[in-house]
Amino acid sequence: MEPAIVGLGIHPFGRHPNLSGRQMAVKAVHDALASAGIQWSDVQFAFGGSVDGDQPDTLVSDLGLTGLQFVNVSNGCATGGSALSLAITMIESGTYDLGIVIGFDKHPAGAFNAKPSDYGIGDWYGETGLMLTTQFFATKIQRYLHDHNMDKAILAKVAEKAFRNGALNENAWRRKPLSFDEIENAPMISDPLTQYMFCSPGEGAVALVVARGDKARQYTDRPVFMKSVSNVTRRFGSFEVFSPWLSPERGSVPTTDAAKRAFELAGVSPSEIQVAQIQDTESGAEIMHMAETGLCEHGEQAAMINAGETEITGRLPINTDGGCLANGEPIGASGLRQIYENALQLRGDAGARQVPNDPQVGFTHVYGAPGISACTVMSR
Amino acid sequence: MNGTPIDDTLFTWPDESPQLIGARCTNCGTVTFPQQSSCPKCAGTELSRHLLAREGVIWSWTIQGFRPKEPYIGPAEFTPYGVAYVDLGDVIVEGRLTEGDPSKLAIGMPVELEIVPFETEQAGTNWLTYAFSPTGPAPDQGGVA
Repeated sequence: MEPAIVGLGIHPFGRHPNLSGRQMAVKAVHDALASAGIQWSDVQFAFGGSVDGDQPDTLVSDLGLTGLQFVNVSNGCATGGSALSLAITMIESGTYDLGIVIGFDKHPAGAFNAKPSDYGIGDWYGETGLMLTTQFFATKIQRYLHDHNMDKAILAKVAEKAFRNGALNENAWRRKPLSFDEIENAPMISDPLTQYMFCSPGEGAVALVVARGDKARQYTDRPVFMKSVSNVTRRFGSFEVFSPWLSPERGSVPTTDAAKRAFELAGVSPSEIQVAQIQDTESGAEIMHMAETGLCEHGEQAAMINAGETEITGRLPINTDGGCLANGEPIGASGLRQIYENALQLRGDAGARQVPNDPQVGFTHVYGAPGISACTVMSR
Repeated sequence: MNGTPIDDTLFTWPDESPQLIGARCTNCGTVTFPQQSSCPKCAGTELSRHLLAREGVIWSWTIQGFRPKEPYIGPAEFTPYGVAYVDLGDVIVEGRLTEGDPSKLAIGMPVELEIVPFETEQAGTNWLTYAFSPTGPAPDQGGVA
């Protein structure tokens, strides 16, 4: 039986000037423990991720010095996905029965400013203004729209949906719906993407209690099972953030590799997915990742989105909690927010944004620098 | 033009016809920019210095619309600039564009390498960097630019 998520905790995303990252993390952990009906002293292992918050394993001084194994995880925007995949592997290996995954962050306002030397790139790349995630996403979608002959109006449609869903999510940062025109006519950040088409670095925390599948019902009457987790790095020929050069020989992308592996391991086909959370660092990313994950064909996205198929009430609801666009991106917590949302949806606990007709199978996807992706298939 | 390359491994200088300096894997032919000592495709460790073509076409582009945070060292007063991936045949290279007007840029547009001054707030510096400059319209653009 697959490992299960048996406890859920979240600290609202957004800006919280009077709270530290660790305070948000402790709140999320306490909520997750309470929802599983356990104490911190019951937890056998932890994986934690945070980039600009405190070092995760130091949380034990607030949570309790119980001697548990606690490993810090750092994998860019895929940090949450990576932490979860390690926790699932730990359960599957039989090493432990009960653990927790914690993700939190507190980023300063404005775009991320990574250091070239951390990525094996010369200082010139940052000094001359090329070391920006925003440029990568803009050039990738620019080429994608060109290759698939897609109208860029679809970018505003994706953001419009994100803010509409975010308005239904009490834990989201951006809770005000924005019109197509407001998004389309906002200041241009990097062609073809305007201000409201990008997510912002933010703050927040998520904690998830994971348990052996055959013991899951000891902790909750509604466990959600992790049918698969995958975690890959890029292969030659993909187009990644912070690339001074690309090969003219185009190859498979990490999102495609990770999704394919997750579907294969789960024995589930993309057409069986009833709710999906996919990395929407900007609205173009949602469009490209829809096809890269195999949830649709390349070039098919505009028709699907225009027909409402990715809405909460559609055939394939995507980013039902508002995604990164409405929640912002506290890196450590972001991937775990997707798991949290899918768990709510599969348990039928998503309230005003609940996907109708009792969804049974969900999918999550994160993508991060410098070219990694983690995916999951989840079921009731 | 007087000045010092912001990084002396990037392009031939001084040179009347400067070129970007890449590396070519002697095993599989993969070309990298800047130079690398091992090949990301075949993991080979024998790469030779390889000068890149001066002319290519825009593979994709965008405009940097806000002043980047550090480690960017450009002037405090910000002017948006173009950024492109340029297909030089055996490698696609990222660089700044001399053109920052989005209405004058398109995928497929021919460009050529230029060495340009890179202004900063630092007193006494005279940096040079590389950029790509459009030389004509994109094939499907019907004479714009």
